[in-house]
Amino acid sequence: MDITRRKFIKSAAVNSAIATAVALFPGISFSAWTNKEGASGQILWEKTPCRFCGTGCGLLVGVSGDRAVAVKGDPNCSVNKGLCCVKGYHSIQALYGKDRLTKAMVRKNGKLVTVPVKEALDVIANKMQETIKKHGKDSVAMYGSGQWTIPDGYAASKLFKGCIGTNNVEANARLCMASAVVGFLTSFGKDEPMGCYDDIDHADVFITWGNNMAEMHPVLFSRMLARRKKRKDIRIIDLATRMTRSGQAADKAIIFNPQTDLAIANAICYEIVRNDRVNWDFVKKHCSFHKGKTGIGYGIEDHFKFKDKAQNSSFQEFKTFLKDYTPEKVAKISGVSAMDIKYLASVYGDPDKKVTSFWCMGMNQHTRGTWINNLVYNIHLLTGKISTPGNSPFSLTGQPSACGTVREVGTLTHKLPFGVVMKEKAREKAAKIWKVPVKNIDPKPSYHTVEMFRALDRGDIRFMWVQVTNPMVTIPNLKRYRDGAQKKDRFLVVSDVYPTPTTDVADVILPAAMWIEREGFYGNSERRTQHFEQILPAQGDSICDTWQIIEVARRMGFEKQFPWKQETYIKDIWNEYIQFHDYPAHRMAPYNLLKERSGVQWPFVNGKETKWRFNAKYDPACEQKGFDFYGKPDRKAWIWLRPYEPAAESPDREYPFWLNTGRVLEHWHTGSMTRRIPILHGSMPAAYVELNPDDAADLGIVNNSKVKITSRRGSIVMIASINGRGRPPRGMVFVPFFDEKYLINEVTLDAFCPMSKQPDYKKCAVKIERV
Amino acid sequence: MPVFSYLAHPVEGAKDKLMNEVKECDHCEVIPADNEDILIILTDTPDDDAEKKLWKKLTNLKSMRSLDMIFGHAGEDARKNIKKG
Repeated sequence: MDITRRKFIKSAAVNSAIATAVALFPGISFSAWTNKEGASGQILWEKTPCRFCGTGCGLLVGVSGDRAVAVKGDPNCSVNKGLCCVKGYHSIQALYGKDRLTKAMVRKNGKLVTVPVKEALDVIANKMQETIKKHGKDSVAMYGSGQWTIPDGYAASKLFKGCIGTNNVEANARLCMASAVVGFLTSFGKDEPMGCYDDIDHADVFITWGNNMAEMHPVLFSRMLARRKKRKDIRIIDLATRMTRSGQAADKAIIFNPQTDLAIANAICYEIVRNDRVNWDFVKKHCSFHKGKTGIGYGIEDHFKFKDKAQNSSFQEFKTFLKDYTPEKVAKISGVSAMDIKYLASVYGDPDKKVTSFWCMGMNQHTRGTWINNLVYNIHLLTGKISTPGNSPFSLTGQPSACGTVREVGTLTHKLPFGVVMKEKAREKAAKIWKVPVKNIDPKPSYHTVEMFRALDRGDIRFMWVQVTNPMVTIPNLKRYRDGAQKKDRFLVVSDVYPTPTTDVADVILPAAMWIEREGFYGNSERRTQHFEQILPAQGDSICDTWQIIEVARRMGFEKQFPWKQETYIKDIWNEYIQFHDYPAHRMAPYNLLKERSGVQWPFVNGKETKWRFNAKYDPACEQKGFDFYGKPDRKAWIWLRPYEPAAESPDREYPFWLNTGRVLEHWHTGSMTRRIPILHGSMPAAYVELNPDDAADLGIVNNSKVKITSRRGSIVMIASINGRGRPPRGMVFVPFFDEKYLINEVTLDAFCPMSKQPDYKKCAVKIERV
Repeated sequence: MPVFSYLAHPVEGAKDKLMNEVKECDHCEVIPADNEDILIILTDTPDDDAEKKLWKKLTNLKSMRSLDMIFGHAGEDARKNIKKG
């Protein structure tokens, strides 16, 4: 054995041990391990953000020759400070699955056949033009992703909204972050968190709302645990609908009945007011009170429309409104004791404690997702615990660029990179930067995600291009939409890196360059833009998603709008894009700086990042001393009177269980990448249904037995897990959605928040049978 | 010429002691975790006999609570020896 090979084996031995340790202790680090050499000589370490969740951990990827061979946490990245989770440490293995898509395919005579990429691009452009000619511009659509890089989303928005003239651009972030967006806009008039991850280093109490951070944001959870380890008085309180690893690690776990978080938040406010724990100085100066429509529906029917109407209110009216939410009344519907509600209110109301609230899908995937976001902001606003270090209502994102691409670039039907399509000034600005006639940009939003798939089913949309996402696993009430996508005269283009149930029904498949096989940017939960270089060559014929769009745009006659050279197009797009945000509240860092650093937070003004917004001490966009909620015309944060309203579908005699769905630590979303990573797949090879042990005993179900889950929309048979990783309360089952063999979304309901249009994957009614 | 990696769990409060004891063993490298009571031990021995002796020495350290093998690159004989303990 020569020395080089021996060093490689030793490196593999240590990396395997590190990977195992990480699986056992998420967040563990081994900074003493500074291996520099590998099998084929020197390893070059290149920085990149992680490909998976919205935390935005910095990674250093070790490259030997043309292959990524190692990963370690980037100690220069303030997000993770050198830590990674099990997905991050194994992330590069997702590049090398045996069935990686490396050739373009076109369906001919019902069968997908390999074709040159140029032919596939020609087919896409021709089909799109033919469809527009026959059925109009709104018959074509783009469905993208919070895993799109910023240039991907920007190019898509420019082509569809600016050039073709349709607002049929949506992204899967509608399924995960839309309620957070509308929550921010209605409470503050500006999207994205006012705080940052540094809040973790300052808070005394962490309250997680329906957020299993131990599995979904493990590095941030590790930072919370590290904070608690340093100081004995730090507390973590987990408010959830089922017991998870987060609940087990918390100092206090409180289980509430699904949907009743609305009532609990109002009860906390009731107690804060009753005990005069209101921060009057803050509220009088910086808050105004408002109310909107109630009884707003659930969007289950096609063509559902809703528009809220804000009315001014007052503290006195708010106080009267809260009388319906005494802890005793709320205890009856929520299942949370009045004592626990009072405890939560005492924590939030304690002027000597800094409180950070974290949430993610539990609050956002909710038929009143906007409202519950508003209500948690209410708590922080009443107590003045906001926009200062450690005092932070913090909406976490699920995907690496849900913020950077979908929310900031604006790849949703109503959005533009700056502002919304309904505003003339926003359309004028976009038209000027995009070099298109302003009349090209339609002032009317078209379809949000669920309605877009309904339109595909109905035939209102005939052509859809899907990039970086897997809707044939993730859309709720899936069977209708999969059948719809396969109807005659529907044409589906899918750009992806592996075969999925979505590529199965595609008419054209484009092989995509993955992550560090191309240059790009992500934007994480804390307003941090993160650049990554192309570190590896693209595999086979695969090409970058951005370049795919450019090629198709040029074939459709939009050379003027997409003039860039292949060598510099990412930089050129960045320089064009940031013109949209060239103002103090959202100015972004220049390209060269982003290349140097492990992420830069916006607003980036006069060479300085902004950690806390709306606070003049930190935020250059503030125009008055102290706090300045400049997103709203009255320069105040809005406290909303939002009632408790029940879920779209609740358990009844025929369907007596709640169905809750979500993710697991080892797998990213639908598992199309992480299930190709042997150690992650081995750790969590198949989906399962979690049952409460007492429910299981009543039904005669034991661990690993087969269970049939049936809703009004479909059924599925899977293996039971009792007293496993999570434990639902009586009357609830939980199913993770990472496993395409078990399409749980054939069972879920396509109800959504009428304001954000985000579906609720956490609540529908099912029955459970032993098979 | 076997190469093995292990996760070593020290007895409570003995992480530093275990690290020093392992460092004194021939053919061993030790990599401590920064934030957990766990060590990675990498062994690189000239032959199966040396590997077997080293493994026994490690498992007999008083500060060692448990030693879990994670990775092994060795000839058949060495694997058998390891399995036999």
